[in-house]
Amino acid sequence: MMVRLISKDLLGLEYLSKQEIELILDTAKPFKEIFTRSIKKVPTLRGKTIVLLFYEASTRTRTSFELAAKRLSADTVNIAVATSSVVKGESLVDTGKTLEAMKADFVVIRHGMSGAPHLLGRTIKASVINAGDGWHEHPTQGLLDIFTIREKMGSVKGKKVVLVGDILHSRVARSNIWGLTKLGARITVCGPSTLIPGYVEQINGVEVEYNLDKAIKSADVINILRIQLERQKENLFPSIREYSLLYGIDEERLALAKNDVIIMHPGPMNRGIEITSDVADGVNSVIYEQVTNGIAVRMAVLFLLAGGETATADVVE
Amino acid sequence: MNNDILLKNGTVVDPVNRVNAKLDVYISGGKVKKVGKSISVPPGDTTTVIDITGKIVIPGLVDMHTHLREPGEEDEETIKSGTRAAAAGGVTTVCCMPNTHPVTDNQAAVEFILLKAKNEGVVNVHPIGAVTKKQEGIEIAEIGELKKVGVVAISDDGHSIMNAQVMRRALEYAKMFGLPLIAHCEDIDLSVDGVMNEGFTSTKLGLKGIPSEAEEVMVSRDLMLAELTTGILHIAHVSTAGSVELIRQAKRRGVKVTAETAPHYFTLTDEIVEKYDANAKMNPPLRTAADVAAIKKGIADGTIDCIASDHAPHTDEEKNKEFGYAPFGIIGLETILPLTITYLVKTKVLSLSDAVKKLAVNPSKILGLNRGNIKPGSVADITVIDINTYRKVDKKFVSQSANSPFVGFNLTGYPVLTIVNGKIVYQYKK
Repeated sequence: MMVRLISKDLLGLEYLSKQEIELILDTAKPFKEIFTRSIKKVPTLRGKTIVLLFYEASTRTRTSFELAAKRLSADTVNIAVATSSVVKGESLVDTGKTLEAMKADFVVIRHGMSGAPHLLGRTIKASVINAGDGWHEHPTQGLLDIFTIREKMGSVKGKKVVLVGDILHSRVARSNIWGLTKLGARITVCGPSTLIPGYVEQINGVEVEYNLDKAIKSADVINILRIQLERQKENLFPSIREYSLLYGIDEERLALAKNDVIIMHPGPMNRGIEITSDVADGVNSVIYEQVTNGIAVRMAVLFLLAGGETATADVVE
Repeated sequence: MNNDILLKNGTVVDPVNRVNAKLDVYISGGKVKKVGKSISVPPGDTTTVIDITGKIVIPGLVDMHTHLREPGEEDEETIKSGTRAAAAGGVTTVCCMPNTHPVTDNQAAVEFILLKAKNEGVVNVHPIGAVTKKQEGIEIAEIGELKKVGVVAISDDGHSIMNAQVMRRALEYAKMFGLPLIAHCEDIDLSVDGVMNEGFTSTKLGLKGIPSEAEEVMVSRDLMLAELTTGILHIAHVSTAGSVELIRQAKRRGVKVTAETAPHYFTLTDEIVEKYDANAKMNPPLRTAADVAAIKKGIADGTIDCIASDHAPHTDEEKNKEFGYAPFGIIGLETILPLTITYLVKTKVLSLSDAVKKLAVNPSKILGLNRGNIKPGSVADITVIDINTYRKVDKKFVSQSANSPFVGFNLTGYPVLTIVNGKIVYQYKK
């Protein structure tokens, strides 16, 4: 059966079916083969314009989208909000309409406010791709995490994935939860009780465990989230020291987990706080593979939203 | 040529005078002159005779919680536009909140509103004065003088009076003028940066939640302070099951307290925030289905005395924004009546007569306004409603703003005719 993406936008994994998620992941596979060759480009999206509208700082996501677009031969435009009309007080709606008038085909948006991509999506006809909105979702991060797990383990079904850290403020956590549970993985969230949002168990049977040693024991994947150091001021944890003691992953703690457990981190890392360097750079870590896979997944998303149906042979030719 | 009006063949629902019958109403000189069977005028008489067969005649609504935005935010609403929205909603008296710019915390500000209302308004306007200077919650305003120039209550609405000592003194001081203190109950440390109800939906949407307890902690405190001071406390916009229960218990032990809720708290839940549409953003926020049920129960058993609109106009530009950036508040003057009829009367939570009490009689009584009845001799503030025809809420409002989550809702109970001081100020045209 031919599956397509139903919506013109990619706003979150909550809104995708299992089939749509699998379609993106399956499409990403041949794309990865393309850009790991010496000539990394295909003409698939030639003539399409992709605007990268980033209201928040980003290195890997913005670069990853830009490379994904370029490897599909699309034209990309970067809008650095600090030097744009936004500093003159232009609203998101007006910025969106302006980009529409310039005939952008895609707008990739990163924004500090949850729901900003939804607002843009209903304002303009172009495809809107959420590159992270507030605490809500970061769907392409979720997809690349799942892609990486599938690549390592074949399937995510029945696997136990532990998300460690600040779940409350994490868009990566929410996209992981939706995407992975739809594909049959079991999720445990682990972090200080102040950083676990209420009612999270109601999302597809997520489990909550405050004790990290217990949580990682039977884990197949440990996905370590970045802790924002400012959260300490809101009394969400008493000190970085205590956070690191309770929720930092070092070799000693890692020894409690299975030998072949996968260590993931969406970056940027606070080395020595939530993860030690020996773990980040150790044999269980797939952190840099995640970065590589990010490009493949984003190529697949752009390709499919542009109307592509599957990654057919001519794409990878 | 006279200015008299005869409403023929309608059903009068006037709970104060225990009337619920097919009666004609004759209005003359701004007053109700006669209520009776088969009133007629002699041939050649110039009285305006309106046949309202099948329609209901009720006392005009008294909305004790309106933001008219003037002075200061005339791009959102003015006294002129806001009173016309009221008329179109069957509201004949609005009590406007003092969070204007400048704040209505002094004699001049009150007189400005009254003068504007007299010159440009079409319904009765009663200002509510601030409790504290500039609504800062630090020093109490000149409440005695505010009373003298005509405020009907005091409130720092929109801002919570966080300091319990200030609240205590204000309740004590206002008591000697017989002025109710309308409390916006919110512990702003608990609600800090929150934009919607804290619950499953806020977790899903990644939006900062406002727990029910942010309201309930303050409702508890204010009930205790009302008990301590024997001040006159009115709790604004009750939104949670917990608040309803606290007020119910306080009333049982004899605390002098009244309470209001707004239509959105008995019709909507926080699930409508899903699309991140800021027309679902107000403070207090929309809560859960359990809260909606408790609010309805509180309305039915008398714990909640009044239904008020909390009409809070904002422009499209302000509302069509990222959810977190958009301001709190929705308009309500033009939907308060049909929402009450559709969601409470048609569903038998309230009789029509009890609905009139919540919308007109009780607010009038709490504020000492001498409105809310249709007895001969009383001021002719009258609304005629149609409780049979259903019609969708149109996005074209009389209000200058259109920030309503109810656009497209199919409702009944809209006003067809609104009369203020014996004059027709609104008539529905198809």
